[in-house]
Amino acid sequence: MLMSLAGIVFGVGFFISTQAQLTGYQELFIETILGTDGAIRIEDRIQDSYVFVAASTSKGDRTNFFITDEKNRRFVEGVEHPDKVIESIMQLQNVEAASPVIKGTIQLESPLRKDNGQVYGINLDDHIAVSALEDQIQHGSLVDFRTAPMGIIMGHKMAGRLDVTVGESVIIRAIDQQRRFTISAIFETGVSDLDKTRVFMHMSAARSLLKKPHGVSFIQVSIFDRDHAVVDAEVIERVANHFTTPWQEREKSWMQLFKTLKLSAAITVSTIIIVSGLGMFSTLFMIVMDKTREIAILRSMGYTRSDISNIFLWQGAIVLFWGAILGCFLGGLITYGISRLPMPLSGIFATEYFQVNSTVWHYIQAVVAAIVIVMVASLAPARRAGRLVPGDVIRGTVT
Amino acid sequence: MSETTDLEGKSIALECRDLHKHLGEREMRVHVLRGVNLKLYQGEVSAIVGPSGCGKSTLLYLLGLLDRQDSGQILINGEEVPPDKDGAHTRTRGEHIGFVFQFHFLIPEFSAAENVMLPMRKLGRLADQEMEDRARSLLSDVGLGDKTHRLPSQLSGGEQQRVAIARSLANLPSVLLADEPTGNLDVKNSLMVFQSLTQLATEKGQAVLIVTHNPELAGRCDRILRMQDGQFID
Ligand SMILES: Nc1ncnc2c1ncn2[C@@H]1O[C@H](COP(=O)(O)OP(=O)(O)OP(=O)(O)O)[C@@H](O)[C@H]1O
Ligand SMILES: [Mg+2]
Repeated sequence: MLMSLAGIVFGVGFFISTQAQLTGYQELFIETILGTDGAIRIEDRIQDSYVFVAASTSKGDRTNFFITDEKNRRFVEGVEHPDKVIESIMQLQNVEAASPVIKGTIQLESPLRKDNGQVYGINLDDHIAVSALEDQIQHGSLVDFRTAPMGIIMGHKMAGRLDVTVGESVIIRAIDQQRRFTISAIFETGVSDLDKTRVFMHMSAARSLLKKPHGVSFIQVSIFDRDHAVVDAEVIERVANHFTTPWQEREKSWMQLFKTLKLSAAITVSTIIIVSGLGMFSTLFMIVMDKTREIAILRSMGYTRSDISNIFLWQGAIVLFWGAILGCFLGGLITYGISRLPMPLSGIFATEYFQVNSTVWHYIQAVVAAIVIVMVASLAPARRAGRLVPGDVIRGTVT
Repeated sequence: MSETTDLEGKSIALECRDLHKHLGEREMRVHVLRGVNLKLYQGEVSAIVGPSGCGKSTLLYLLGLLDRQDSGQILINGEEVPPDKDGAHTRTRGEHIGFVFQFHFLIPEFSAAENVMLPMRKLGRLADQEMEDRARSLLSDVGLGDKTHRLPSQLSGGEQQRVAIARSLANLPSVLLADEPTGNLDVKNSLMVFQSLTQLATEKGQAVLIVTHNPELAGRCDRILRMQDGQFID
C-alpha cells in the first residue's frame, strides 16, 4: 500500500511538473513569435473571382451568371492602401497597433563574404509598437538607426556569417539596384531562422531599393488579448478585404506539436499512476482474501455489503487523498526546482533557465487521473469483498 | 399471517418449514438438507445432535441467514424472511440473530470490548458510552469483566469463545445460534461456556439452539433434536 501511495505521489508530481515545463516552453514560444512576427498579419488583397457561365435555352437566348467561387479566390499581392486599412482596423477594440512593412529578397556583401537575406522596410516607431524589437537589440542602438537614413538592423547570426559588426557597412543588392548601408544595430530574437536572414531598414530606403513607390507587402498588427486573435483576424479580413492570418494559424504546426507533446507526456506519466493502481489493486485483493473470515463475521453481525465494500474503498480513498496532496506538493516542488536550473538554449527560441508555467489545470488533470485510476483499482476488490457469502466462507474455514 | 404462539401457548421465536439445501456443483452436488421442520421457543434451549456430516452446520447457517435455502420457509418472530433479499437478511441478522461459531472468529486487531461492541455499532441504537457500558456488563456476565481491554491473542481459547458469546448477545437477539461452541474446549471450559450461553438465554427469554457432539451438554438442554441424513428423526 505504501508503494502504491509512493507511486501515486510521484505520478501526480511528475504529471504536474512535465505539463508545467511543456506549457512553459509553449508560452515562451508564443511570446517569441508575438515579439517577432506579431499577432496578426494582413497580407494580400482579396479579389473575388467570378466564373462566367453561359447557359443557353432552347430558343437560343443567352442568360449570364456570375458565380463566386470561394475556393478559387484570387489575391492581389500586398496592401495597396495601408493607411486606409490601418485606419479602419484601428477602430477595432482589441487592436493595439499596426505597422506597414515592405518585404523583399536581397543579397548582402561584406568585404569578406556574401549572404542572402530578407529586408523589412519599416517605420521604426510603428514597428516597435507591434513587436519586441526594442528588447531584441544586442549591439548598437535604435537611436543610431533612427538618425541614419541608410542604417540597417541585422540579425546576429547574419552579422556573424558576414563577419561584420555595428558601425561597419555592407553592400545590399536587390533586383538591379545596389546600395551601401551601415549597420546601426544587431538584434537577436532567439529564432535562428530570423536571426540568420532578417534585415530591417527604413521604409523609404526599402521603397527605393526594391522600386516599390506605392503600397506595402503586409501590415503587422498587435492586439491586447492574444487569445482573441482568430476572431479579430476574421473580422479584419472582412472589414479590410485582405487576406489575414492570426498567429495561431500561422504557427499551427508548432501549436499542434506542443499539444501532442503535452498529451503524450500526460499519457507517459499517467502510466506511473496506472502501475501504482495495479499494485494497489492486487494488494487490496490480497487483503480481501486474507480477511474473508473477518468479513464473514462482520456480515453475520448485520454489517451490509456496502459496509464491507466501504472499508476497502476507504483504504483507496486514504491512499488517494495523501497521494493527491503529496503529489501536488511534489509537483510544485519539482516545478520550482526545474525553473531554477540554468538551461541556455536557442534555436526556435532563446532562454537561460528551464521554462515552466504551471496552471491550476495541470493539478486538476493530475488529480483527476489519480482519482479515476485509484477508483478503478479499489472498486473491484471492494465489490468482491462485499459479495462474499458468509456461509461459504465459514463452511470453508470450519469443516 | 403466521401464528407466533404454539398450541401450548409458548412463543415461537424462529420457525422453519420444509427446508431443502444442496451443496456442491454438478456431480459433486449433494442433497444435504432434506426437508427440515423446526420451531424454537423463547426462553428455551434446544440441542441438535447427530453424526458428523448430517447437515447440522448447514442448517444453522440457513437459520442464521448466512446462506440461502433452495426451498422452504424461515420465519422469525412470525414473519417470513424473503429468501432472496440480501439487505433484509443483513438487517434481520443484526437485529434478531446472534451467532456463535465453532471458532471464536474475533477480529484480532480489536480488544475484547471492541469486538463485543461491533454489532452494537452497526445497529446504532446506543450512544458510545452506553455501548461501552453494555460491552463491559456482557463481558462480566461471561466472567471476563477484568479482561475487557485485552486483544484476542492475549486470551485463552475458552476466554475467546466467551467473548464471542458476549458479542453474539450484544444486540439482545431473539434467537441465539451456536455451532459447536465448546468443540475446541476442555471439559471445564466447555461447561463454563455452556452455562454462560444457557443462563443468559433463559434469563432474557431468548431462543437458543446449540449444535453439540457432547451428550452431557445436550442432556442439560430443554430439548434434544436428533438429526440424520439431513432430517430430524424422532
Ligand atoms: N461445498 C460442498 N460441496 C459438497 N458437499 C458439501 C460441501 N460442504 C459440505 N458438504 C457436505 O454437506 C454435508 C453437511 O455438512 P455440515 O457441515 O452441515 O455437516 P455437520 O453436520 O455440521 O458435520 P460436523 O458435525 O462434522 O460439523 C456433509 O456431508 C458435507 O460433506
Ligand atoms: Mg458442523
